Amino acid sequence: MAEQTLQAGSIQPEKHSAAYWVFSDSWVLIKRSLTHIIKSLDQLLSVVLQPIMFMLLFRYVFGGAIDTGPTSYVNFLVAGILVQTAAFGATTTALGVANDMQRGIIDRFRSLPMLSSAVLTGHVVSDLVRNTISTIIMILVALAVGFSPNADPLEWLMVFGILLLFTFAISWLSAILGLLAKSVEAVQWFSFIAIFPLTFASSAFVPAETMHPVLRGFAENQPVTHTIEAIRALLVGTPIGNHGWIAIAWALGIIAITIPLATWLFRRHTTR
Amino acid sequence: MPKNYAIVAKGLKKSYKKLEVLKGIDLRVEQGTILALLGPNGAGKTTTVKILSTLLAADDGQVTIHGYDLHKEPDGVRSVIGLTGQYAAVDEYLTGRENLEMMGRLYRLSQADAKRRSEELLQQFDLIDAAGRSVKTYSGGMRRRLDLAISLIAAPPIIFLDEPTTGLDPRSRIAMWEIIKQLVGAGATILLTTQYLDEADLLADKIAVIDGGKVIAEGTADELKQHVGNERLELTIAKGSNFQKAQKVVDGEALQVDSKRRLLSIAMTGGVKHLQEILNKLQAAGIEVDGLSLHKPTLDDVFLQLTGHQATKDDVAEEDKK
Repeated sequence: MAEQTLQAGSIQPEKHSAAYWVFSDSWVLIKRSLTHIIKSLDQLLSVVLQPIMFMLLFRYVFGGAIDTGPTSYVNFLVAGILVQTAAFGATTTALGVANDMQRGIIDRFRSLPMLSSAVLTGHVVSDLVRNTISTIIMILVALAVGFSPNADPLEWLMVFGILLLFTFAISWLSAILGLLAKSVEAVQWFSFIAIFPLTFASSAFVPAETMHPVLRGFAENQPVTHTIEAIRALLVGTPIGNHGWIAIAWALGIIAITIPLATWLFRRHTTR
Repeated sequence: MPKNYAIVAKGLKKSYKKLEVLKGIDLRVEQGTILALLGPNGAGKTTTVKILSTLLAADDGQVTIHGYDLHKEPDGVRSVIGLTGQYAAVDEYLTGRENLEMMGRLYRLSQADAKRRSEELLQQFDLIDAAGRSVKTYSGGMRRRLDLAISLIAAPPIIFLDEPTTGLDPRSRIAMWEIIKQLVGAGATILLTTQYLDEADLLADKIAVIDGGKVIAEGTADELKQHVGNERLELTIAKGSNFQKAQKVVDGEALQVDSKRRLLSIAMTGGVKHLQEILNKLQAAGIEVDGLSLHKPTLDDVFLQLTGHQATKDDVAEEDKK
């Protein structure tokens, strides 16, 4: 048996169309990244625990001092926390990509007759799964602390749709970060510095009208705020205006730019 | 009879910015044999392997692997090679079995084949007990074995091993050698890089000595050893005699000079007559010899003579520079 196991050329690959292999390779690597989620539950825990603490902090400590008009503060807060969780959660793509790039495993993937950029797809798609899990947990925690949404099933569906689209966009953006970074530690800092101002200089925790005019100008027009406002409107019935369309347009725009850019960077990085 | 070459590389060149790493490497590996790429750190061994295994694009040169043109059909090349790099390229979070099955699928094996091969290789590489544990818990030797097992999942006819035993303990090293011998016995063509001369001597059918981005010698271990004569003479110069002067007397013949231990190594090319000549010359210069011994030459000697510096860094090499 020993001889047979090592016999060169004793086994033949399957024959399928090129399109089949694109899906097969992507699926194999999505499964890989999903296994990472299960194997590193501590990471999932930290992705969920932090926003829960934020939720409790703002709900019970700061919330009383923030005036959100006719909407109760807890109802105001949930959309912000959900989007913030999605944004920070999506940066795990950067970590996963950087980890692969710094280690020998990327050379392994590159030496196989596979679609190597499927490595990126694996990380991004598994991020969507992770964020869906954390979104559900966050909503359950929110309900426990007094959140009272009035969304109908269709609106809930739209909430998840917009959140997933937003996560997908930020994940591809952070894939680029992971490709550019020189070390895994740098990625952690980089993504924190990129996401922090976007989520706090937004209408996530306080109405943007209360901010300094310059900051307010930024806060009211950046994509995170549009996404938050759209979700808030769907959840608790605040006026939606154009926020929904603008949020979707931003996400699609980011995706249209980041996917080809990330794929190009990946090729360049690995054929250096 | 025409020879069947599994790997043919002609005039490989590669520069990083201004640094010329490969200055025109030519290699040919006969099917079913092992070629060892022997050289010190920074000689260009890893760069060569990276180019041959499609990880890196060469600036110039032509490569054919198993009939596939490296430049035009990289995926063809990828389907017939297995690569084990210097660092174990395994997924830390997955188990050994999951790693193997995943890579099998990415090699485009059917699900059933990937599973069957994984089990066979886990057995073969003595990893079956650890197969369900995540790789994070593996020792260095186990990771290397898993890494090699992964490269073999699709039973590729051509295998690249980049310093397969660097960093391994002696026992794992010998185990790795056994596996490499079995592989070539089972029909594989292997290109391995090493900085260990004994390793090349033991495993390789042919050795290409590489230094400064060039192949500076090529042949069987025996052929290379003939460069340095049949035997190597080691002289210990007496404390009372001038060591520098002794060095001058045998100038051009000394393979290795160790002033601390007052040792001179000389390649014996002309038998007893040659020995006599050397001793006469030293005597004429008034130099006393304390000790004398003859050794079979090692590849270390070959390297020293070809490159003028030692393969592995040590005190002697440092002193030579000064």
